[in-house]
Amino acid sequence: MCTLEKRGNLFILTFTGEDQHRFNPNVIGSLLSLLSQVKAEATRGSALITQAQGKFFSNGFDLDWAQAAGSEQGAAERLHHMVDLFKPVIAALLSLPMPTVAAITGHAAAAGFVLALSHDYLIMRKDRGVLYMSEVDIALTIPDYFNALFREKIGDASVRRDFLLRGLKMKGDEAEKRGVVEAAYGGEAEVKQASVRLAENLGKRKWHGEVYAEIRKGLYPQLSAILGLTHKAYTIARL
Amino acid sequence: MCSLEKRGNLFILTLTGKNVEHRLNPEVLSSIISALSRAKAESTRGSALVTVSHGKFFCNGFDLDWVNATGSKQEAQQRFDYSLDCLTQLVQAFISLPMPTVAAVNGHAAAAGVVIPLCHDYVVMRRDRGVLYVNDLEMGLKIPELYMAFFRAKTSGWALRDLVLRGLKIKGEELLKMGIVDAVYDGEVGVTNAGMKMADDLARRKWDGEVYAEIRKGLYSEFCGMLGIASKAIGTPKL
Repeated sequence: MCTLEKRGNLFILTFTGEDQHRFNPNVIGSLLSLLSQVKAEATRGSALITQAQGKFFSNGFDLDWAQAAGSEQGAAERLHHMVDLFKPVIAALLSLPMPTVAAITGHAAAAGFVLALSHDYLIMRKDRGVLYMSEVDIALTIPDYFNALFREKIGDASVRRDFLLRGLKMKGDEAEKRGVVEAAYGGEAEVKQASVRLAENLGKRKWHGEVYAEIRKGLYPQLSAILGLTHKAYTIARL
Repeated sequence: MCSLEKRGNLFILTLTGKNVEHRLNPEVLSSIISALSRAKAESTRGSALVTVSHGKFFCNGFDLDWVNATGSKQEAQQRFDYSLDCLTQLVQAFISLPMPTVAAVNGHAAAAGVVIPLCHDYVVMRRDRGVLYVNDLEMGLKIPELYMAFFRAKTSGWALRDLVLRGLKIKGEELLKMGIVDAVYDGEVGVTNAGMKMADDLARRKWDGEVYAEIRKGLYSEFCGMLGIASKAIGTPKL
């Protein structure tokens, strides 16, 4: 499912196994609990890397589990339930008191792409794997916090339109060129090494974790508000 | 502190601040605000303002010697807060100036000093020297909500993250790629002349200054909203 490992100052979260690493309530619960652990053990100099084994980073929500409800309404309810359960995971990442890197070692689609995009830095494979928002292709609307994430993280309106409205499957070199990811490398080993290097370099700055998290939340005010993270709405300057 | 010169249609504001780093304290900020008032009073259609500086620094932030020259930590905090309030008044003055504004950045701009070039409509910078450096994270300081809104008005996406969440000293070429500066030039004379030429070209459009300022305020709508700065509707088009 997912494991957490500590390597020096680095926390490494891994989706294990050769499957699609889809999110169902159990996986989501496990993710939440591991992120809590990371937060509890955080010190100055900490950094997080999220990575996966196999062909997929994550292919999103477990739609098989949703459909196993037996009816269309039941399936919709289960999907809705997962969308709600997943929100605190994104909230946890957005308020994590350390820099975060997503090592996108394979396909990242829908909620899987959203998870990757919730990190501060994205590193991707050039030779394999795509970023893909499948919702338009499978006739699902986009949850409000997914939308806010795309709006505030991806500055280029045509890129947002290509992902959300065009169902574009974007490979690593296009993602690097269009500024969706920090860098793309040829091969899983290179992606993992580059992610470790980046995370270590960020960790070496020994930033104050709480300050880091506050500044990060300030980059994404609409997303923070939707996730219930804003602690104050406005500050009126004392003149 | 600063000087204001009129050359044809062009107002030339030269920043000297306190010492070679052109640091800002309430006295300096006050004198710049006065200079902007004078420019506003003498403005006509076809006016423009260019802000220049000479030497290694454009502006290295608040005068921390003044901030810390008190008896207690509490008083130092008060002086810092007061400096920030004065800076906010200066930003308001720039944002409501009824003419196009260009900053010609000849050298380093750091901390509060970054805000000054960014509250101009256009920024030209030296390619061969000088960095923009938002150092709050490095200093363990949260960026005030108001100034997060200011930065969000200037840039978005990964560029915004790189500006405030990465402790980077960013050179002109990189800032150009990020879309934060408009052009880069070699040498102090090069960038200063380019800044003046740009201001001249903008002045030739002979825009209605009041309308120009109102439209500009709309680009900073979140920032202005937090300060309670109202907008005016001007509805008599010149056809």
